[in-house]
Amino acid sequence: MSDRILEKLSILADAAKYDVSCSSSGSKRTNEGGLGNAEGMGICHAYTEDGRCVSLLKILLTNQCVFDCAYCVSRKSNDVRRAAFTVREVVDLTINFYRRNYIEGLFLSSGIFSSPDITMERLVRIARTLRREENFHGYIHLKTIPGASDELLREAGLYADRLSVNIEMPTKESLALLAPDKKQEDVLRPMAFLNESIQASRDEARSLKTAPLFVPAGQSTQMVIGATPENDWQILKLSDGFYRKLNLKRVYYSGYVPISNDNRLPAIGTPVPMVRENRLYQADWLMRRYNFTVDELVTPADPFLDMQIDPKLQWALRNMHLFPVDINTADLETIQRIPGIGLQSARRIWEARKFRKLTWEHLKSFRIAANRARHFITLQGDGPRKDLTPLQIRSHILAGAHSKYTANHSPQLPLF
Amino acid sequence: MQAVLYDGSWYGFMAAVFDVYDYRFTDVSVCPADRFNGHLFSEPHRVYTDEKKAKRVAAGLLNKISEDASAQLYRCFLSGDAAIEETLLAYIRYALSSGPSVESDFSHPAVIKVTQIAKKVWREQHRMEAFVRFQKTADGLFYAIIEPDHDVLPLIAKHFKNRYADQRWLIYDARRRYGLSHEDGGVSFIEVSFAEGSTSARDVAHVYDASEDLYQKLWKQYMTSVNIAARKNLRLQVQHMPRRYWKYMPEIGG
Ligand code: SF4
Repeated sequence: MSDRILEKLSILADAAKYDVSCSSSGSKRTNEGGLGNAEGMGICHAYTEDGRCVSLLKILLTNQCVFDCAYCVSRKSNDVRRAAFTVREVVDLTINFYRRNYIEGLFLSSGIFSSPDITMERLVRIARTLRREENFHGYIHLKTIPGASDELLREAGLYADRLSVNIEMPTKESLALLAPDKKQEDVLRPMAFLNESIQASRDEARSLKTAPLFVPAGQSTQMVIGATPENDWQILKLSDGFYRKLNLKRVYYSGYVPISNDNRLPAIGTPVPMVRENRLYQADWLMRRYNFTVDELVTPADPFLDMQIDPKLQWALRNMHLFPVDINTADLETIQRIPGIGLQSARRIWEARKFRKLTWEHLKSFRIAANRARHFITLQGDGPRKDLTPLQIRSHILAGAHSKYTANHSPQLPLF
Repeated sequence: MQAVLYDGSWYGFMAAVFDVYDYRFTDVSVCPADRFNGHLFSEPHRVYTDEKKAKRVAAGLLNKISEDASAQLYRCFLSGDAAIEETLLAYIRYALSSGPSVESDFSHPAVIKVTQIAKKVWREQHRMEAFVRFQKTADGLFYAIIEPDHDVLPLIAKHFKNRYADQRWLIYDARRRYGLSHEDGGVSFIEVSFAEGSTSARDVAHVYDASEDLYQKLWKQYMTSVNIAARKNLRLQVQHMPRRYWKYMPEIGG
């Protein structure tokens, strides 16, 4: 018995790991005398050897699938061991891991083992059992199965904190090439449906205190990066649309991990594009938290992010006419845009200077990245050298610090 | 210099602050009685931990700073850092002497120091909320041991109470030798004394629930299976999860 469940877990966790989302934040579910809560920030309970956060029990219900998406280990034509959990097994694992403080909750996805509706119904049944029978108030993230009915999506939304529909590929063409069974509409339609339902339930909650929670942590999606030729501008434009038009909470970027000899895809052994993935996350963060637009970060004419320096610094070096900024007088948004100064230090600067004029000593005590920031600020008349070109500033900064990735994961450098 | 000795508790420290003002001590060093190095000072002042005095200081502070800021002072106190009293007293003097709140005056040395130490304690508080690992005993108690750098048990009580409302649990701080216990819906701090020679819960393995071993195995299996070898980055792992916490985490050290 225990050997069989161990084997299932190893197969179905392994197959689920390429979905990078592990967030458990942003919900509002409180404990009502039972087990668990899902309020607030979400917690990373552990870290794998690859340094990724483990917050949720992330598994597939089954890795059997009738589809044949080329980038996926569970695709029909792949020769791998198959397994399937029962509803009870998933419920017991979730509850017992949760009680030991291993996890914040469950992230459940599945291969499509027969029809989309039958698959989705099984996922919903697990969530319902956890909520209704086990009195579980921890976090539940369900992946929605493309092609499942609206009724099932609606029911899923009553139990889940978050739902996600993965866009997988940044363009229709790439999806058609690699996932012949899927159409982009199959993904966009449920996203739009969920968005409408979520907005409607928000409106209802405003007028009616007892309105049930409906996907309180919103919806997210994921796209695979580096398997297909799209550039960063295309990718970020797509994300921007998801944030603005469909109110998505997060877009995840998953650097493609080569898993197949299919000649439509990068060969096995090709490095995972981790630096690029990281730069996309940085750009995404600048869009969501710093009010940068896509076109400030990349343009159709210059559509790739610089791999060596972060996107905020790239932007600043292209816009030297906006600098240097006077720390003692600039407004908050301007301070936030200075390379080397994060949201928290910007706020500290802005608060602290109400008491007295700030000096370099103060700034250092706020732990800003002085090596970068010094090229872009003036403090009581003391400013940066004026004779440096953006290119020279770039190399000064690079000489003074190296990216946390360069040591381990530098992209292959050409020999000449 | 006047030495002011208190009992090492938060209330004791607040009462000490009361006395510092009451006796108009200026050049003063506040420290826990058991850490006092008697040679340096003559005739220390001993604080009587009077809850009324402590509460007056707390209320006085709340006239000047927000509840969040005063919670930061408490966090700072729990850091247990050497001479933390000096930093706290400097902050409190500055706060009480000023009209408007000084809590956002990050260019003041005491304010930025308190902010940074509080942040450090806050970080460990959240790490403990994440890294506590319960083991289920045969009588249904979920039991965990921690050895945090800072005394964060009082700070994590509420989190665990809310989360495991229907569960009997005990978190034991092996470094400070006291625990936090949850029974019948209430939490309380308890002293736990182990028999001679068995200071660690490792020794109570024989009282585990029959399913405990299976779930630890499943958890270890899970952590192995979700790892992506092609992305290996041990430095990042250690950065998020410093080694000093591994001892009680079955998936990695324990
Ligand atoms: S439908 Fe999902 S599980 Fe099936 S092959 Fe495509 S991506 Fe993989």
